[in-house]
Amino acid sequence: MELVAIFVTAILINNFVLRYFLGICPFLGVSKKIDSAISMGLAVTFVMTITAAVSWVINHWILIPLKLDYLQIVSFILVIASLVQLVEMFIRKISPPLYEALGIYLPLITTNCAIFFLALMASLRDYSFLESVIFGVGSGLGFTLAIVLMAAIREQLDLADVPEALKGAGIALIVAGIMALAFLGFSGMIK
Amino acid sequence: MEVLWSVITMGVLGFLFSFGLVIAYRKLRVHEDPKIEQVAEILPQANCGACGYAGCRAFAEAVVKGETTPNSCPVGDTDVVKQIAETLGVTAAEVVKKVARLHCRGTHEAAKNRGIYIGISTCGAAHLIGGNKQCSYGCLHFGDCARACPFDAIYMSEEGLPVVIEDKCTACGKCVEACPRNLFELHPVSQGIIVFCRSRDRGPVSRKVCKNACIACGICSRACPEAIVIENNLAIITDYKKIEPEKIPEVEKCPTDSIGRLKKEDEG
Repeated sequence: MELVAIFVTAILINNFVLRYFLGICPFLGVSKKIDSAISMGLAVTFVMTITAAVSWVINHWILIPLKLDYLQIVSFILVIASLVQLVEMFIRKISPPLYEALGIYLPLITTNCAIFFLALMASLRDYSFLESVIFGVGSGLGFTLAIVLMAAIREQLDLADVPEALKGAGIALIVAGIMALAFLGFSGMIK
Repeated sequence: MEVLWSVITMGVLGFLFSFGLVIAYRKLRVHEDPKIEQVAEILPQANCGACGYAGCRAFAEAVVKGETTPNSCPVGDTDVVKQIAETLGVTAAEVVKKVARLHCRGTHEAAKNRGIYIGISTCGAAHLIGGNKQCSYGCLHFGDCARACPFDAIYMSEEGLPVVIEDKCTACGKCVEACPRNLFELHPVSQGIIVFCRSRDRGPVSRKVCKNACIACGICSRACPEAIVIENNLAIITDYKKIEPEKIPEVEKCPTDSIGRLKKEDEG
């Protein structure tokens, strides 16, 4: 039950993008087309899941026994950077068009605060290994949900009559704000 | 002691991860054309994006693929262009410098006004209401092109027409887009003869509204029928290469001066 709660909370209630405003850069950058938004979401989910697992292992098997907790930040960054490199190579090999579509936002997952926040949060809340992984998957899916919804809205927005001054980033930020308000409605679901 | 442990821990972790990445790189590496790397090294590395690509590397990829030409890098000088051309095995002769040319000679003096225009002073705005000139094809004199030029290569002359400074023009095409009347076109810099008019009005009408309009009399097309035709009351050069140098004086007998070589005042 605890696991389900963590999972659902991470997706809906404490959605990283819409509740904590983390990872806004790819959220706005890659949300122009649903296809690339889904791929971006899945790439982030993958990185988040593995990060959650690997950082838990490093934290609990190496850092805590050796009393090196203060190295958490550095080692988490190391994990994230390596994983993103890996994902980048993988996507480039498997699907060059997707690599082109994600563009600069793919390597930028490295500096995506959402992933770092995830690793720190999991260690701060003292999650077990399984809880960490579930938290990672949930957060990743939450990010995917947010970015895909955003992409769907923005595809519609292309056809809408947006005032000249708000075209592009302006209306995207307003939409993101309204989405965040809507997601606040979930906040009473779990105590 | 603790310092030692932390150093060792981070060292081992870093080593493990880099080892993993090296293996992954070996397995997953994508072989790309080595020419891309070579071209990228020649480029100025300003990553300014003036070529329209995301950066020098993206430009290099496009050049190697043949999507663009080596001289499309506005920052690189002729040396850069030559080196890229050599790397790609393209002869330097194919690298032709182009410049934007205005297809209109309707100066303040030559083209008659329709009335006094007091609206927003941009060509785009003036074009919406039909322009301030009687000629509905010619230059509007408000200099949208000069403002659009990112290289300060266009200025408005006292006669009211935009003048392209050949040395500064990089043929980026911004003025071509900016002109609401499509009066700009990119031509090789060496190209001798140009039709300086876009008016499709009948001869008597164009003559009335502008001294320098093409009146479709046909003198030029008779002098050089294989390269110049009259279409919709306008002389059109169909093939610039077919105009032989000895025929140019014949063509330049144009009574309204609307076809011919560039003059000093056109070149800046």
